[in-house]
Amino acid sequence: MLEIIQKPWPWYVAGVLIGLTVPALLLLGNKHFGISSAFRHICAACIPANISFFKYDWKRERWNLFFVGGVLLGGLVATQFLNNPNPIQVSEKTAHALQALHITTDNELMPASIFSFENLFSLKGLVFFVLGGFLVGFGTRYAGGCTSGHSIMGLSTLQWPSLVATCCFMAGGFVMVHLVFPWLMRVL
Amino acid sequence: MQKINHDFETTPVVIEHPVECEAPNDQIAKESLIGSNIKYAVVGVLFGIVFVKAEIISWYRIQEMFRLHSFHMYGVIGTAVGVGMLSVWLIKKFKIKTMQGETVVFHKRQFHWGNVIGGFLFGLGWAITGACPGPLFAQIGSGFLVVIVTLLSAVAGTWLYGLLQNKLPH
Repeated sequence: MLEIIQKPWPWYVAGVLIGLTVPALLLLGNKHFGISSAFRHICAACIPANISFFKYDWKRERWNLFFVGGVLLGGLVATQFLNNPNPIQVSEKTAHALQALHITTDNELMPASIFSFENLFSLKGLVFFVLGGFLVGFGTRYAGGCTSGHSIMGLSTLQWPSLVATCCFMAGGFVMVHLVFPWLMRVL
Repeated sequence: MQKINHDFETTPVVIEHPVECEAPNDQIAKESLIGSNIKYAVVGVLFGIVFVKAEIISWYRIQEMFRLHSFHMYGVIGTAVGVGMLSVWLIKKFKIKTMQGETVVFHKRQFHWGNVIGGFLFGLGWAITGACPGPLFAQIGSGFLVVIVTLLSAVAGTWLYGLLQNKLPH
């Protein structure tokens, strides 16, 4: 049993479980699935700075902070107790394409050549952590949601603006990987 | 946007409820800090485990998705949307109530240009970091502690959006 759990879970298992988060949150207490809101609540709680966008009763939205706290803890539990002992399988084509960009595929979920503290104070760190994170935080709030709020919750409730947003998420990703990355990795 | 006047002098206008936010709390019944919220932490833990075990937090999986080299992420998101749609349809059809006996509330989204511009910017960031907001938290939990910097930067990005909101095209 543990062996099955330790192996990487197939997409249909993950998809069903993630999809079930939508009714779970709705029925547990009329909560709408959406994770990027947590960033806004953190701003409202810690650095509101008299900005009207952050002037609301964030304590009422505390559930969202409990939820993301749980996600963090879940990451810890899965890695500590249910870890896959085998190296990650990356598609051959992707591994090849990444190699051309001098990113080697190692055994972990994230490439150590990028996601390590050594890179924090380099140009690489500035792009991958600071700029990347900034685009995620700014973009999701400007778009009014992320993959959970728009792509899953929004599409589940048949909202066409969420479909537009989802297509734009994908467009941004394709542009970054295919047009910007080849140039970016030469500079870094 | 709902505006309610409060007596506090420091904060003359307080939005009681961020309605334009995609994840509002629509529960009417009062909630206690720990007792009411702990269940969302439990759902979060399960969700985080799925994120790690299905390798959704992996930077490589996101690369594969945008390179069209793997079906995995499309399968995950597609199935999740299907299950979500079916659940919402069932809740509406059978008028299923929440645990507190309240009617489930749905909100209609208004289109604005932020969906396009902000969406595109997020897409750029998604490909760089290999994470949307949920996986960021799970990556930190998994021990990739440098992602804390990414998370702080995402909070800063959200803050800057709040500052510039009225100056940006919507």
